[in-house]
Amino acid sequence: MTEIIQKVKNLSIGFKSKKGEEILILRNISTNIKKGETVGIVGESGSGKSTLALAMMGYVKHGLYTIGGECEFNSSNLLKMKNRDLEKIRGRKIAMIPQNAGQALTPNLKIGYQIDEALQLHSDLKEEEREKKISELLNKVRLPSPETIALRYPHELSGGQQQRVAVAMALAGTPDLLLLDEPTTGLDVTTQAHVLELLNFIAKDTGTSMVYVSHDLGAIAQVSDRIIVMYSGEIVLEGPSRDILKKPIHPYTYGLLKSIPKLSLAGLPQSMPGSQPQPGTIHRGCSFFDRCDFSEEKCKNNSPQLEYLEELNTSVRCFNHKSLMNDSQVNQTVNEIKTSTQDKEILNLSEVSISYAKQKLLDQVLNRISDDNPTVKDININIKKGETIALVGESGSGKSTILKSIAGLLRTKGGIIKFDQNRNLSSDLKERDPNDLRIIQLIFQNPDESLNPNHTVEEIIAQPLKLYFGLKGEELKKNIIDLLQKVRLGEFYMSRYPRQLSGGEKQRVAVARAFAAKPDIILCDEVTSALDVSVQAAVLNLLQQLKEDFGTTYIFVSHDLAVVRAISDRVAVLYQGRLCEVGPSKDVYQFPSHPYTEVLLGAVLEPDPDIKPKLVAEDIVEEKPPQKGCSFQGRCSRILGDICKNEVPTWQITNSGNSIRCHIPLKELQKDQIN
Amino acid sequence: MLFLIIKRILLGLITLFIVSLITFVGTEILPGDACTTYLERQAFGEQLEACYRRLGLNVPAYERYVSWAVNAIQGDFGYSLSGEMPIKEVLGPRIKNSLVLASAAIFIGIPIALILGIVTALWRDKLPDVAISTVTIFAMTIPEFISATLLILIIAIWLEWLPGIVIVPTDVSLLELLPNIILPVIAIAMIMTAHMARMVRSSVIQVMASEYVQMAILKGVPYWKMVFKHVLPNALLPAINVVALTIAWLLGGVVVTEVVFNYPGLGRLVIESISNRDLPTVQALAIILASIYVSINLLADLMTLMLNPRLKTLQIRK
Repeated sequence: MTEIIQKVKNLSIGFKSKKGEEILILRNISTNIKKGETVGIVGESGSGKSTLALAMMGYVKHGLYTIGGECEFNSSNLLKMKNRDLEKIRGRKIAMIPQNAGQALTPNLKIGYQIDEALQLHSDLKEEEREKKISELLNKVRLPSPETIALRYPHELSGGQQQRVAVAMALAGTPDLLLLDEPTTGLDVTTQAHVLELLNFIAKDTGTSMVYVSHDLGAIAQVSDRIIVMYSGEIVLEGPSRDILKKPIHPYTYGLLKSIPKLSLAGLPQSMPGSQPQPGTIHRGCSFFDRCDFSEEKCKNNSPQLEYLEELNTSVRCFNHKSLMNDSQVNQTVNEIKTSTQDKEILNLSEVSISYAKQKLLDQVLNRISDDNPTVKDININIKKGETIALVGESGSGKSTILKSIAGLLRTKGGIIKFDQNRNLSSDLKERDPNDLRIIQLIFQNPDESLNPNHTVEEIIAQPLKLYFGLKGEELKKNIIDLLQKVRLGEFYMSRYPRQLSGGEKQRVAVARAFAAKPDIILCDEVTSALDVSVQAAVLNLLQQLKEDFGTTYIFVSHDLAVVRAISDRVAVLYQGRLCEVGPSKDVYQFPSHPYTEVLLGAVLEPDPDIKPKLVAEDIVEEKPPQKGCSFQGRCSRILGDICKNEVPTWQITNSGNSIRCHIPLKELQKDQIN
Repeated sequence: MLFLIIKRILLGLITLFIVSLITFVGTEILPGDACTTYLERQAFGEQLEACYRRLGLNVPAYERYVSWAVNAIQGDFGYSLSGEMPIKEVLGPRIKNSLVLASAAIFIGIPIALILGIVTALWRDKLPDVAISTVTIFAMTIPEFISATLLILIIAIWLEWLPGIVIVPTDVSLLELLPNIILPVIAIAMIMTAHMARMVRSSVIQVMASEYVQMAILKGVPYWKMVFKHVLPNALLPAINVVALTIAWLLGGVVVTEVVFNYPGLGRLVIESISNRDLPTVQALAIILASIYVSINLLADLMTLMLNPRLKTLQIRK
């Protein structure tokens, strides 16, 4: 029997509501973490997974309190321990790697100091030894030139580097247990894959136990031996990770896995209806009852208990797990998307370049362009009516910048954006007439920030209707109800405020507002990245349905390549504001030809322990596009030599209509895919 | 960095220029002028002409502005109307008195404000916070003329401990002035300290709730080390600007308090010269007060820039 290092027993944590009711965030959680194993805790936002991880360090957030149960470490209950004793455990025995290292590192202290602080507290090393140790740690997390990094402030590092520093800081105390709270969530795909690989290496190298908390089953699949699935504050499924991912015997996990878009499958995944109940709203019955496809009468009034199945080494909280057991291989069915692309061209970007650099006064006076290396350059895309085109790339690739220019929020520096072959949209908002504004609408990433919190849903949707069509009274109301129905929201939502809606509902309101203007083109900026996976599929399906009904054109920006695969007809891959590859999604995903596309797709994490990411290039962050030559030269593993450094590659076009911008001859690019 | 400092200084000078223009134009537009005020009912005919000639008011306004500005830069603000003495000499002791009052309030008030703000934030919602916060909110909301009057009533009249109003010549020596300023300083420091303590409290609370403080706790950093290393440097940075504004407000003359206590500082001079229609003095005061504000804010900006590593590197990169 392996040794148990952390024992959670009947843990309940909650808060008092304004009415004095006790509301539970965690409900009677029991689990054990064994020495040397990595446990993944997965769940949607609000499932209590982070609260559980923090409780394992004896930390309960301000406003919450322990209602019952304990977290036992070295046979003492952390939740009852005095702060002075906890200080000796935190960082030394149990260490935390936070979600957002950028905000978890103290801004006024140098990197070296912050690691040194952990060493001073948790080791007996002398100053010189500590200095050596800092370099060692920074080396271990694979940061370049540790000596200089140690002298930097946190904001001077990139997101991936900050996350690595956080890992180094956690390792400084040589802990027995590492808690990781969404450690890769804010990172780019390639960086995320590299950090995960590093964590896997550290787990093997040091034998540290890890608890990995994430909403992302893809990341969990890559690291964990065992998975705990949480739903509204309860454990609903716990078992070996391969079994859980391949044969989930709880309906929630089953539905969750089916709603995740996969790289290998075109088309939209099936969505799960509804959303997770708010804490304090479940009074009896199974908390998943409303959304369950397998529910029966008894699930409504009786809460299932967590049942341990010896033969599977799995615990499950469901009355019906036996029926799922026989047929639970997740055979994902997808809704094929219908292409509604017409021949007519609707938007044409030619030679578009955009620069954030402020023009110097002298240049303004002489009316000359000063920045010869703009953020976005040489963008040529033809967008057909009814098409969904996706712009993909890492952060800093210029994908959102291009959207802003099309919307008129950012003036282009050069080139022409033409709508419907004759209307010039290269101007910014102030110079566009109302109709130009109406034809292009935006849906933003975060509906919390894009919906005015002081307006009701009715007022939010009424605005474009009044502004563009001058609707009033009954007619206005009828239109609003119509739109709400189109986004599957009932009439009674009209009087609600955004704060009274769930994330998915808010995004539906944002979608309704965009469609209210009857636009020709809708720009979708990371529209699903703030949503939970189960809700994401529903929003994607809705967008697709509306597109088929209205014949709208979507320009879709996302960092999630599987989502893009699911919804788009065509993909444009961007690096440092320059196009690398443009082509039909099917071809780009099946035969990634451009070296950068290969890097991007290789790094995608699938919720399947058998599919490992392929790490091709280093995850260096380049601050500026190169002055001359190919934009990807700095990170390309297949660089040919001087030609890549000096000449911008010309477009090569494959038989299937894929355009690739690379110096490597097409034949060679395609030959490698076969191998 | 150097470029930035020069830019800020230039902007400050432009602000001063605009302030001087506005006060000049303002005094021009107002009905009546120095001579009509001075001569009162005799302000007509030959006498008025003679007065205009004597004061140089017979030349066009822009010429007067230029000559006034050129002299002002050299520290010469012309003659006060009421006392017929150089404004420079009127201002000198007043500035000194205001400085004494302000520095006393600053040296007492700022440390107390910092301590109170930090204590209330660290013991948030506990007894020390509730007690101190109640007092500070009171001190903040009671207008200074009431608190000042109450102080006079209790300490000067009932208890007879200290003089209630300041009856000393304007150019009194520092030592003689000291017992007189205790009450005004208390009156001013109360409001100022309360304001600043609230500011510091909310700033510390905000930092305490940040992810990096949670991280420091989870790293096992002992409480007080966390407070001094991770919390205070980040929480007090935004306080610098508030402190600067407060200092500027103090130096600019705490008008009401000075009047209540009959204190011979800049604030009372402002009131006096306005009611005497002593326009040259008003002009001089406006420009001096404006320069105090501008230079102290400039100093605060530069200090924040120096202390915040984030701003520092950003500037260098650009």
